[in-house]
Amino acid sequence: MKSNGYDDSVVTGFTFSALFWLIIGLLVGLLIAAQMFLPALNLAPWLAFGRLRVIHTNGLGFGFGLAGIFACTYYMLQRLTRTPVAFPRLAKFHLYFFNACIALAALSLFAGMNTSKEYAELEWPLDVLIVVMWVIFAINVFGTLLKKREGQMYISLWYIVAMTVAVAVLYIVNNLEVPVSWFKSYSLYAGANDANVEWWYGHNVVGSVFTFPILAMFYYFLPKSVNIPIYSHRLSIISFWSLVFAYLWTGAHHLMFTPLPEWIQTVAIAFSIFMIAPSWGSVVNGYYTMQGNWDRMRSNYLAKFFIFGITFYGLQTIQGPTQGLRTLTSFFHYTDWVIGHVHMGTMGWVTMIISASFYYMVPKVFATEVYSVKLANLHFWLILVGQLLFTITLWIAGIQQGAMWKATNEDGSLTYSFLEAVAAMYPYWKIRFVGGLIYFAGIAVFTYNLIMTVRKAKVAAPAAVPRPA
Amino acid sequence: MDIYSKPIAFAVLAVVVILVGTVVTMFIPLFMPATQPPGDFVKPYTAVELEGRDIYIREGCNNCHTQTVRPLRTEVARYGEYSKPQEFAYDRPFLWGSRRTGPDLNRVGGKYPDSWHYQHMDNPQAMFQQSNMPAYRWLAQARLDTSYTAKKVAALGYGYSPQDVQRQLDDFRARVTAVDYPSKEIRNKVTPGALKGDLTELDALVAYLQKLGKDVKTVAAEASAPKAAEAAAALKNPYEGNRESIEEGKKLFAENCSVCHGADAKGKLGPDLTTKKKKFGDTDGDLYASIAKGRPGGMPDWEKTLGSEKIWKVIAYLRGIEGKQ
Ligand code: HEM
Ligand code: HEM
Repeated sequence: MKSNGYDDSVVTGFTFSALFWLIIGLLVGLLIAAQMFLPALNLAPWLAFGRLRVIHTNGLGFGFGLAGIFACTYYMLQRLTRTPVAFPRLAKFHLYFFNACIALAALSLFAGMNTSKEYAELEWPLDVLIVVMWVIFAINVFGTLLKKREGQMYISLWYIVAMTVAVAVLYIVNNLEVPVSWFKSYSLYAGANDANVEWWYGHNVVGSVFTFPILAMFYYFLPKSVNIPIYSHRLSIISFWSLVFAYLWTGAHHLMFTPLPEWIQTVAIAFSIFMIAPSWGSVVNGYYTMQGNWDRMRSNYLAKFFIFGITFYGLQTIQGPTQGLRTLTSFFHYTDWVIGHVHMGTMGWVTMIISASFYYMVPKVFATEVYSVKLANLHFWLILVGQLLFTITLWIAGIQQGAMWKATNEDGSLTYSFLEAVAAMYPYWKIRFVGGLIYFAGIAVFTYNLIMTVRKAKVAAPAAVPRPA
Repeated sequence: MDIYSKPIAFAVLAVVVILVGTVVTMFIPLFMPATQPPGDFVKPYTAVELEGRDIYIREGCNNCHTQTVRPLRTEVARYGEYSKPQEFAYDRPFLWGSRRTGPDLNRVGGKYPDSWHYQHMDNPQAMFQQSNMPAYRWLAQARLDTSYTAKKVAALGYGYSPQDVQRQLDDFRARVTAVDYPSKEIRNKVTPGALKGDLTELDALVAYLQKLGKDVKTVAAEASAPKAAEAAAALKNPYEGNRESIEEGKKLFAENCSVCHGADAKGKLGPDLTTKKKKFGDTDGDLYASIAKGRPGGMPDWEKTLGSEKIWKVIAYLRGIEGKQ
């Protein structure tokens, strides 16, 4: 253990677990992106699109996303409470147990054990393991918070606490199911109720994993990186409470024009529009923090990750509520447009913030400097260009697809068959694949850079390397 | 009290704040009958259909296909009657989906004959060159595992006894393996020898696909049948003998109809159309009704997708090739 008393071995462990699952998830993403224009690539049952798409989403959301969140949480939690993690052995167990869960999850999804509910596809025995894993994490979060030597909890801790309790409630309620064997179960809810529970979960689990903790990182690592305190504490209070309040009302914007009762849909639209305010509260707070110091976008290599990241969050939170409006959802729902929306959030906002947080954190843990700022800049540009090519292409594709589905002749009959609209998408899907490749190259550079950072530290001062606790 | 220094109080407050929207938009609707009303006209899945549904879930078909037709004009034209909440009373889990890489399937039941599905699942690109759907050959090569079927229907509370389940499975096996099963030829082609007399996963999946929306269609068809027949008898083709229209009809036929009736219209999955005698009547009105409204056994209805003008052009083309052996 180092002189500050913090146990950072799990931080490193989770950081590299995140990179591992990121690369696996992206390789699967590239394969399914290719399958969309080359169906001959569906080579075997376990390599068919329907199964792989689920591995892509779970692998990145829960493998990469959660591991990155755990890494940063263990790091921030100790420093913001000025207290070592309460149960270091349990934290260690958490690391191994988490990776075992994700590996089992991937295997079971390859085998087609799958409940079909989006982002909750895992079958019930894995659900039980995930809940246990989450409880282990929560014990350390609250255990450490209760021992804290710092009076006030900083903004980031609020978001971590919100994530910890929200994920627990969401995951358990949506996954209530009746088992018929070890590998098969049926949802407790039927039809429209099942849909409503699922998208209450689906929307909010994206919020709890891809928004709350990412904001926690943003509020902690941006000020640390640029050495300027956050602009307004009061604004962050308002943003926090209104965000966690409004989020839970909006799930039905995924179910517009379905047989779900209309009032639930209308309430969801209203709250979705309201969400722009708290979301932009954080965006504005970030921008104002930089005020007068915008030159650091050039001089500090991390600032641009954070500022571009929060900008994509800002765009995402305008696009989201807009595409939920009745007229627009009737056009864009089910099209490639939504896939563009998803990937601006994940490849833009989430990846940018996690990348910069890792760049800040890993050298600190190893008491060294990042291996190469040049490579970090290359990484930035590759993931930026890759993401923009990916998302802008799919927005254009979505507009064309929506228009072709809706086009009618003078006599009211449809102008295009479904297949004609599929065929029209091939060029876009090919460009998206290229965008994915560019982004992937950026992640490869990122991984190399972090591995070399650790190597450099080990060569320079073996003692600085955190030993297993 | 300063909530920001008390983690447990803070967590409790966060839960309360989260629960407000949860209770109003998710929890209370669970207990409102209007959210998921029961439907008298909707029947639970049979044992075979349920097994087929589980294969649909296992393969992740819902990642590309939706099962809910929205009440929008073009959507109803493309897929049929929009989805009603009652239809989903037995759907655990729901399979509405969130992405339409392939078309909606909520009204696909009865739209095509079984043979269409056997061939399509075996090789989608052989039917539609531009399709990006994977070929699901392995389904026809796997015996249907029925060891949990009785347990499954019990868990779902369908009210079938284990004997009912066995009978449903046996009856269905008898149906698809019978010598006079209309889709026998293609089923035999895609099913390996050892499984021809048995139920395969593909058999169950096709049974499930044929159930989708069927209950709704039955209700609608009964309501409109007499009126449609009356109107059809009086119709006459406005494009009869028109050269340009015949050319256009030929193109439309190649694009839309040849998949089932063959490139030469001599029949494949659907009947031969080059004979003067037609299966469902020979007048212009009969032909128009067959194409516009569809026929039982797998002829889809084309009125809303093609419109009447194009249908008449196809008929003009068919008149030109009939009887010329
Ligand atoms: C190389 C980069 C990537 C490629 C090539 C890629 C490719 C794809 C493809 C082909 C789909 C299916 C789209 C469809 O059904 O039409 C998809 C969906 C999805 N991807 Fe990615 N992806 C990449 C990066 C990511 C990242 C970094 C994340 C998250 C951290 C992510 C999360 C998701 C999610 C959540 C969906 C589901 C969207 C929905 O259901 O609406 N992807 N991706
Ligand atoms: C104010 C904030 C946001 C609102 C109101 C919002 C709204 C929406 C809406 C209406 C859809 C459904 C589109 C459709 O299917 O027609 C959607 C899909 C999605 N959004 Fe957002 N969005 C917001 C922010 C975000 C953020 C920050 C992320 C994080 C990366 C995100 C990730 C996703 C994903 C993954 C989906 C696809 C879900 C699926 O169908 O599988 N969204 N969003």
